[in-house]
Amino acid sequence: MIAQILADKCNNCAQCVSVCPTFVLDDGPQVPVIARLDACQTCYMCELYCDRQAIYVAPDQFAPEPGADPLPHLGVIWRDHGWDRPGEAGHLDEYRKLGPLLGEGAEIAARRYQAQRRGV
Amino acid sequence: MSIHLETDVLIIGGGMAAGWAAIAAAQAGARVVVADKGYMGTSGVTAMGGPNHWWVAPDPARREEAIARQSGKAQGLGDPEWMARILDLTWRYLPSLAPHYPFGSDGAGGTYYSGVRGSEYMRALRLAALNAGVTVLDHHPAIELLRDDEGRIAGARGHALRARLDWEIRSHATILATGGNAFRSGLIGSHTNTGDGQLMAAEAGVALSGMEFGPSWSISPAWASTRTLPYTGAVYYDADGRELDIPPSRAAGHAHNRALGHAMLAGPVLADLSHAPKALRPILRQIQPFTPAPFERRGIDLFRDRFPVKLFGEGTIRGTGGLDLTDAECRTSAPGLFAIGDAATRELVAGANSGGGAVNSAWALSSGRIAGTAAARESLARKGASAPVHGLGRIAIAPHHAERTIDVTAIHRAVDHEIHGYAHVFTRDEASYAASGERLEAIWSELSAHGRARGPALVSLRETAALVAGARWTIAAARGRKESRGLHQRADYPEATGPTQRQRVSGLDTICIHSQQAEFA
Repeated sequence: MIAQILADKCNNCAQCVSVCPTFVLDDGPQVPVIARLDACQTCYMCELYCDRQAIYVAPDQFAPEPGADPLPHLGVIWRDHGWDRPGEAGHLDEYRKLGPLLGEGAEIAARRYQAQRRGV
Repeated sequence: MSIHLETDVLIIGGGMAAGWAAIAAAQAGARVVVADKGYMGTSGVTAMGGPNHWWVAPDPARREEAIARQSGKAQGLGDPEWMARILDLTWRYLPSLAPHYPFGSDGAGGTYYSGVRGSEYMRALRLAALNAGVTVLDHHPAIELLRDDEGRIAGARGHALRARLDWEIRSHATILATGGNAFRSGLIGSHTNTGDGQLMAAEAGVALSGMEFGPSWSISPAWASTRTLPYTGAVYYDADGRELDIPPSRAAGHAHNRALGHAMLAGPVLADLSHAPKALRPILRQIQPFTPAPFERRGIDLFRDRFPVKLFGEGTIRGTGGLDLTDAECRTSAPGLFAIGDAATRELVAGANSGGGAVNSAWALSSGRIAGTAAARESLARKGASAPVHGLGRIAIAPHHAERTIDVTAIHRAVDHEIHGYAHVFTRDEASYAASGERLEAIWSELSAHGRARGPALVSLRETAALVAGARWTIAAARGRKESRGLHQRADYPEATGPTQRQRVSGLDTICIHSQQAEFA
């Protein structure tokens, strides 16, 4: 669930209020307000769309987790996506490997299972 | 004060199918309004995933072979003509997003189109729609459809969450693109997928088909639903470190989920991904950056440490069921009303099986293109003064008896349990369906008699009603199909029995089932 909007980084552009698919946030005087935490599905979209890397979403989707240190994680999702990079930067060049790797994983599981059954 | 708008085509919903429909309708010359419950670009299950599209080059032999294979999976309920259409439209239109989506390399000097990352894909669809002149209204959930005196659907009413105003949009054609129903299982992205469009259409007399084919499942860390990417090589253990006997997913299907579900009832199930393909590790972050986050933020190495997992139910999303279509342009039986994407039945292309991933994505794109084009044509032919309208919504709007507070949280828990409860869902029989049906019936009666709300609370109570309605149709349809076929598996009828029947389910207070010989068997 969304845990923190860091006031020292946030410029109150309210992009997170706009992009949240479940309308968790309200506009606020200094920074947006987390108004409906029970509707947060931990989808990280607010973090991804935050140009200032000012938002930290804690990983548990079922319960709030106060007290975590957000600093090591700020902006990681945004950078990993190459969110602000131009289209021709090639940051999705590895994406084609997803399907074959899924298939390879399925084969690994199937071979291992068969080998074990023969062993029993 | 309230918001009043008039347009040619109104699209309700802002996911993948809505995006393609909006672009197609605008290109055909119509004024288009998209009214989304969330934000067009992040709403629904696409933005958090990585949809692959059914992708076969336009070579007659290869297409024919792909359609034959898919028809086999559909187990007598798929329509080869529809399959050919969605292959064609997907091949032609997916590359048209290139100005807005950073398609990567195919590793052989060309471009890789078929698989796309959800967040960039949805961002691209929004940009393309805005560029085509579409008006996008975010955080504008629809509540009910409007019908005019001629019996045509003439728009919708809803509530603007951010402005805190009711809205009414009059349209000459209306497209439901509200997605499937995940029954609030916690599946990532699905919080807004409560089957709203199906409830609204049912109030206009539209039936559903394929509702019995489901649910499907995705496995995730127990604390956060993510996509299934690294789990295909997983080994599972109980809390005492004993390896569990879980048949692999690809070959076993239902038995895989059943074994996992039953193990989860007995106690925590831990996944070990140390056997996952080695090549995955260095590029996982680049392929799917949302996958590592829930682990890193808990200090877990997902390829080394064992961690608890949970099966998240996917409701109708990767199943088949949805609004029944009456023609090749995605019209429903209500004049002026179209249905596309996961809001519509996917039986035509997925049959009895999950169209999960590739086929459902191709369906969303194609049904969007088809309905958008047809709705534009139909609306442009109907310009002129609009007739008086009335709202079709009843449940949560006009209760039969005095208003009473409804415990929506308890209802959501109950609905998810009936549809996704591990204890009964993997060994369904007549008695189990009857018991689920009875419990859901009691919830519906309470809602129908006493549910009433306004403004944002009405949006939420209508979602609750849609969840319950969807669960009742699902149970009624599954109970009606006395065989096992594809995703529909019963312990009391473990085999498929011929001839292949297609089944429609309809009604709200009273649910009816109609069976009919499948035309494509």
